[in-house]
Amino acid sequence: MSLAPAEVERSETDEKAIPDMPWVTIVWNDPVNLMKYVTYVFQTVFGYPKPKAEELMLDVHHKGKAVVSAGAREAMERDAETLHGYGLWATVSHDS
Amino acid sequence: MTGKGREPRAADDPDMPAGGDEAEYAEALVAGFRATSGGVTARFAAPQARIVRDLVGQIAVLVGDDSPGGEQDELAVELRLSDSTELPDDPVLARLLPDGYTEDPEAAVEFRRYTEQGLRDGKVAAARTVLETLPDRGGRIRLTEADARAWLRALNDVRLALGVRLGVTDDFDEQSSEIDPGDPRSAYVWVYHWLAYLQESLVDALS
Repeated sequence: MSLAPAEVERSETDEKAIPDMPWVTIVWNDPVNLMKYVTYVFQTVFGYPKPKAEELMLDVHHKGKAVVSAGAREAMERDAETLHGYGLWATVSHDS
Repeated sequence: MTGKGREPRAADDPDMPAGGDEAEYAEALVAGFRATSGGVTARFAAPQARIVRDLVGQIAVLVGDDSPGGEQDELAVELRLSDSTELPDDPVLARLLPDGYTEDPEAAVEFRRYTEQGLRDGKVAAARTVLETLPDRGGRIRLTEADARAWLRALNDVRLALGVRLGVTDDFDEQSSEIDPGDPRSAYVWVYHWLAYLQESLVDALS
């Protein structure tokens, strides 16, 4: 068994489909996780470029939470599970 | 979230060995991890190695031992299903194994049933990697990238656990300096800050 949490591969079609997908993964701020580590996790898990990962990290930090991915419910649950493996608190939500 | 891990000072460490090797100890303390052609490397003095091994080992026991025992049927074990349906009572476990839904309790139960055992296994495996790559006596260690990634998650789990036990909040930097030196938590405040520094150096080495 691999030690690393499953990394989710994103295709371009996923990105384009985001506006139509009603499910989202939310990451919540906490006082312990290091800003640099959270940025690293967003880059590693989602393959986001560093500027986007930093922007999301700062959103979490300043606003208390941020939507980090959107798509089908099963995919969002996989994202949340992966993020829990890295010690981030992530939840799945229906974006109504 | 928190910004930068403070550079630790040897003089703050209650475990600093008395005698002639303070300079060597202090050097190991602030060096952290760095990337080399042979992998990610760091040097640990024996007291530091013992602190890391002790805390990481505690996480492995906490996360590993509490999993459901022999009452599950074989299929449930094979599918990695968990008997747990609720957020753990222990605030440390609750932080390490959080809910996946906040607005839908039924969905939270199902999410936990399908993910909690795998999450526990992953955390125990990361802790084991640390214990297998860091000798009790310390010294220079070299990690493969895969091992370094496991270290990163294991160090983070330790910091999350310490954060809960120390009651870390967003303004902890000011708050922690107010903790009385006689408070049993004060030694762990120092460890908490040192681990932040260590973890950040590991993120840098992997970036």
